[in-house]
Amino acid sequence: MSVDAATVKRVAHLSRIAVDDADVPKLQGELNAILGFVEQLNEVDVSGVEPMTSVTPMVMKKRQDVVNDGEIADEIVANAPASEDDYFMVPKVIE
Amino acid sequence: MTDLTRLTLTEARDGLKAKQFSATELTKAHIAAVEQARALNAYVLETPEHALKQAAASDEKLARGEAGPLEGLPLGIKDLFATEGVRTTACSRILGNFVPPYESTVSSQLWRDGAVMLGKLNNDEFAMGSSNETSAFGPVVNPWRRQGSNVGAGAAGAIEGNHLVPGGSSGGSAAAVAAHLCLAATATDTGGSIRQPAAFTGTVGIKPTYGRCSRWGIVAFASSLDQAGPIGKTVRDTAVMLRSMAGHDPRDTTSVDRAVPDYEASVGRSIKGMRIGIPKEYRLEGLNAEIDALWQQGIDWLRAAGAEIVEISLPHSKYALPAYYIVAPAEASSNLARYDGVRYGLREQGRDIIEMYEKTRAAGFGAEVKRRIMIGTYVLSSGYYDAYYLRAQKVRTLIKRDFEAVYDQGIDAVLTPATPSSAFGIGEKGSSDPVEMYLNDVFTVTVNMAGLPGIAVPAGLDSQGLPLGLQLIGRPFDEETLFSLGQVIEEAAGRFPVGERWWA
Repeated sequence: MSVDAATVKRVAHLSRIAVDDADVPKLQGELNAILGFVEQLNEVDVSGVEPMTSVTPMVMKKRQDVVNDGEIADEIVANAPASEDDYFMVPKVIE
Repeated sequence: MTDLTRLTLTEARDGLKAKQFSATELTKAHIAAVEQARALNAYVLETPEHALKQAAASDEKLARGEAGPLEGLPLGIKDLFATEGVRTTACSRILGNFVPPYESTVSSQLWRDGAVMLGKLNNDEFAMGSSNETSAFGPVVNPWRRQGSNVGAGAAGAIEGNHLVPGGSSGGSAAAVAAHLCLAATATDTGGSIRQPAAFTGTVGIKPTYGRCSRWGIVAFASSLDQAGPIGKTVRDTAVMLRSMAGHDPRDTTSVDRAVPDYEASVGRSIKGMRIGIPKEYRLEGLNAEIDALWQQGIDWLRAAGAEIVEISLPHSKYALPAYYIVAPAEASSNLARYDGVRYGLREQGRDIIEMYEKTRAAGFGAEVKRRIMIGTYVLSSGYYDAYYLRAQKVRTLIKRDFEAVYDQGIDAVLTPATPSSAFGIGEKGSSDPVEMYLNDVFTVTVNMAGLPGIAVPAGLDSQGLPLGLQLIGRPFDEETLFSLGQVIEEAAGRFPVGERWWA
């Protein structure tokens, strides 16, 4: 399988990465090189094989459903590019 | 007085205990070496005041006889580990000036045990790369030079000539250890990022079993593959480092609740009677003759030390790299969704929130990271998920079964080359085809796919005078056997310290 220019633009948008039209052909070539490389997996007979979900067999631990930290709003917003009164500021989302 | 930066970690530890020098003296020697090596670009942030404060505290503890296992030993920290109050960027523009209000579990355990932080080390952006060329801070210079090369210290502190890459993604860690800019360093390995740079710089690097070290506070790349581990000057040094780095952490649900052995005790243990597997699938067509000869040399060394050599088959090996380039980008595309310009890091303005996201991520991520996010998004997208992602995860099961089958036959460890070549020149690989760069990890990536431990140990020099490494792959949570075997190779091959400080 290989991707066309329209697919490259669609994937860029799904990835939330702005791509200039001028950069699409180069990106298309690189993505197709990678997709061509992974194509060889089609040679493998995977019938009846379970997909891997956990590489180390272990039972996932559960913790008590309790608050274990908090009251650190200032630390949480400390690195935000825009914040006000412990809120993250973003462009208007709802008209 | 001897040059304190030339000591190994364990020699320095013993020297501190014997009061031959102080932690402050040891730290000052390293700070000076780091300052003189800025042209190598191994450190992206130096923290000398922080280091001296920790060293002073260590000297007090040493005087009181309360020294921890790493007391007063100066280390470098890969910039993927969150360090409280100290800028952490994963060498990406998108993290900008991120200053974590928390400390990664692994680094916190190093400080608990008395270690000193010299600064943050360069790496490929978000650990995506095999040459350290994708870093937003620029490439790292390998302290090794080809025989007769034109590389040298130029005017105004720059490096002149066509230098070599140190490998990646932990290129800063490997270069800093090789150039005596720290006694040991933390690193991370998703497809070979500890073992390949170790092999390129004549240092030792171990990727432990998945779950052995906590991933909490380490910038995530591909969560089912990422593991932290050390790069050091000797096998023994990495054993000491790993003991401090490993251990259960309730904040990482994939971290395993098993006691951490005293790894140093396994260094020097007899390997008599151990069964070492030699996988025939690793004899790639067109394999570099020098690498092949080194591999044979490794076989001879282990046999001479009493090991039994057994040819084995890992039939799905050739599919590990293509499966990796589906699984790792898929996980990366999900993990890196968090860089949205809202909570931390870079923000570019847009007309609406979607344009803000798109412009921020376009400006903040480098080319390789964008490629991988897009591949990951594509293979997870509706209509392609089964053909790519699900198939790759099934192949991953087969790769793991290959190893389980040979370990069930009584194989204790597997010996392979660490890399298909020695260090290459900057700009030499991957500029037109990204896959050319990916092939660097052909021998290391199976280990991540199967969650196993793997160690790279320097074993010789090639005809250009550059170091080459061998890799040993162990059973899950049997890092001790790797340290015992690694020590045999180190004793047989000798160590490969960089001689001249040509960059200073």
